[in-house]
Amino acid sequence: MTPQDLFQYLLRLGDNTLVLGHRTSEWCGTGPVLEEDIALANTALDLIGQTQMWLGYAGEVESEGRSADDLAMLRDVWDFRNVLLVEQPNGDFGQTMMRQFLFDLWHDLMLANLQKSADPRIAEIAEKASKEVRYHLERSTDTVVGLGDGSPESHRRMQAALNLLWPYVGELFVPDDIDAAAVAAGIGPDPAGIGAQYRNLADEVMARATLAIPSDPFAHKGGKSGFRHTEHLGHMLTEMQWLQRAYPGATW
Amino acid sequence: MVKTQPSIAEIWTWLDAVPDPEIPVVSVVDLGIVRGVAREGGKIVVTITPTYSGCPATSVISFEVERALREKGLEDVELRRQLSPAWTTDWIARKGRDKLEEYGIAPPSPAGGPERCPRCGERDLERISQFGSTPCKAQWRCKSCLEPFDYFKCI
Repeated sequence: MTPQDLFQYLLRLGDNTLVLGHRTSEWCGTGPVLEEDIALANTALDLIGQTQMWLGYAGEVESEGRSADDLAMLRDVWDFRNVLLVEQPNGDFGQTMMRQFLFDLWHDLMLANLQKSADPRIAEIAEKASKEVRYHLERSTDTVVGLGDGSPESHRRMQAALNLLWPYVGELFVPDDIDAAAVAAGIGPDPAGIGAQYRNLADEVMARATLAIPSDPFAHKGGKSGFRHTEHLGHMLTEMQWLQRAYPGATW
Repeated sequence: MVKTQPSIAEIWTWLDAVPDPEIPVVSVVDLGIVRGVAREGGKIVVTITPTYSGCPATSVISFEVERALREKGLEDVELRRQLSPAWTTDWIARKGRDKLEEYGIAPPSPAGGPERCPRCGERDLERISQFGSTPCKAQWRCKSCLEPFDYFKCI
C-alpha cells in the first residue's frame, strides 16, 4: 500500500470518528434526560479520543508535518473522507440513536478485523478502540430495541429514522481502489465481506425492535471518496472549525 | 556532587504517591496506568497506557508523573505511551479496588455490574446508566438504601 493510499485509509477511519464524535457532542447539555446526556457526551469523548489516534497516525504517514488537530480543523469539506451516514443531522433523540446503532454495528465489525491488521499501529489502535465501541454498541442496541418496541409514538419515530438513514448504510460496504489496496496489503478487511455479517446482525436487532429495514437497496455514496458530501457536513464544519478559522493557531 | 541513583523499586513507590486526577483516592499505580519503569542509560523511561482513548485525565496524569519524578531530583525522564495490550480493569490492584469501594465507588466486576452497594453492602441493585461522570464510570442505584453510586466499568 503506498503512503498516499494509507493516508487516505486512515483519514476515512479518523474522519468517521471525528464527524460522528462532533455530531454526538452537539447534544451536550440538551439530552432528553440527564443520564442520556452524559452517555452521549461520553460516547462523543471516546470517538474524539479515537480520532486523535487515527488522525495522529495519518499525519505521520503523510509526513508533511500536519498534526491531528491540523487535519481536523484546517481541511475543508472536499478533503473529508467520512461516510455520509455520520454527517447526517441529529434529528430527534431516536434518530441520533438509530444513526449511532447503524454506525456502531459496522464500527465493531471493522475494528475486530483491524485488530488483525498487518500494520501494527493500526492493530493496536483498533484493539484500544474496540473495547469502547463494544460498549457503545451495547447501549445503542438496547436503545433502538427499547424505543422501537416501545410506545406507538416511539415506534413511529424509530421507523421513520430507519427509513431516513438506511440508504446511507450501503456506502460502508462498497469497496473501491483504496479498500482493495488495503486488502492486498493485509492492512484491512474487504468491506463487502463485512456486509453480510452486518446484515444478519442488523436483521436480528430490528426484529427485536419490531422495525422493518427498507427493501429498496439504493445507497447514497460519495463520502468516503470525498466526491460528494451532503450539504450537512459544510454546516457542521463551520461551527466545529470556527475558532481555528477566526483565530488561527489559538491554543489554551 | 555525587548523586546516588534511586532504585527502580523506589521510583515505583514515588509513582504510587501520584493520585489519579479524577479519583484522587487511588494512585496512578493502583489503576494500572503505569505499565513500566526502566532505566535506559542515564534516562528513566516511564510507560503509561490510557484508560479511555478520549479521557481528558490522560494528559494531566503524564504531567503529574513527570513533575513527581522531577521533584525527587530525576532530570532525565521520558514518558512513553503504550496502547497495546489495551488497558483493562483487571490491572487495578487489590489495594486500589479496596480504596475505590471505601471512597464510595463500586470496583469493577467481571459479572458486568457491581457486586454490592459500596455504602450499605446490600446486593439488590439496579443500573441507572451505562455511563457516568467520567469515561470509566457507570451509574447504579442500591434498591435497599436507595442511594445512587458510581460503578467502575469493567473493560
